[in-house]
Amino acid sequence: MEITMIYYLIPSLLMFCCGVYGFVTRKNMIAMLISLELMLNAVDINFVVFNRYLFPGQMEGMFFTLFAIAIAAAETALAIAIIINVFRAARNVDVDDLNKMKH
Amino acid sequence: MESLGGIIMYWVIALAIVIFSVLTVTTRKILRSATYLLFVLFATAALYFKLDYEFLGAVQIAVYAGGIVVLFVFSILLTSHPGDNTARLVSKKRVLGLVAGIATLVVAGWALLSRCAEMASRLPIMDNPSMHRIGETLMGTGKGEYLLPFEAVSVLLLACIIGGVTVARKR
Repeated sequence: MEITMIYYLIPSLLMFCCGVYGFVTRKNMIAMLISLELMLNAVDINFVVFNRYLFPGQMEGMFFTLFAIAIAAAETALAIAIIINVFRAARNVDVDDLNKMKH
Repeated sequence: MESLGGIIMYWVIALAIVIFSVLTVTTRKILRSATYLLFVLFATAALYFKLDYEFLGAVQIAVYAGGIVVLFVFSILLTSHPGDNTARLVSKKRVLGLVAGIATLVVAGWALLSRCAEMASRLPIMDNPSMHRIGETLMGTGKGEYLLPFEAVSVLLLACIIGGVTVARKR
């Protein structure tokens, strides 16, 4: 059996779809953030796989993934700071209950 | 031709990725969801190791498993009772989620499979990028070298630290 590129892209696609499903259905903000991480991770896999199979001598995809990981870490840390602040103001992190700034 | 061990390793990684991704978004206990996310990230790191990017796999484990998941667990413990189940999904919302997920799957899957023949290339030979080469590429200023993005990311991380402290601080 020859493991070609498509064998890596399909699990990554399924991971991305799970992320989309979770992002739409979850109510808890942290659970939504977890789904977002899944989507980011799927995209990282795609970069690495395309780099490895199509341009094996170069390192563009690898470095893009490296920077994407760094930015994902920064984004998560900031999002969690915001979520903790929201929790302090509303005693809740469900998106349905956060309607203080409506109207 | 792939060795038998490589094929077995591939299937273990692929199954782990798919199963734990599904569990991450369907489990009703949020702490378990974070744990399954950790398993997905480990499987991704194993995939990077399998594709000969050892440095990237190590970064994935160190940053994601060591940093982000710990942050998730802390914030879950701070904001909710970990034993609680989340409320059952309203069926309307589940249908919406399924439609969004399956639409993505169909569109992207069709785009992938219609170009399946172009993707049948075998794994090309590549020597692992050595630490020396990675360092030179990360710190160089020439063509295809990454000093400027590296500095930009470091400024971004600094801004993120300051922003995180400012936002989460007690007044």
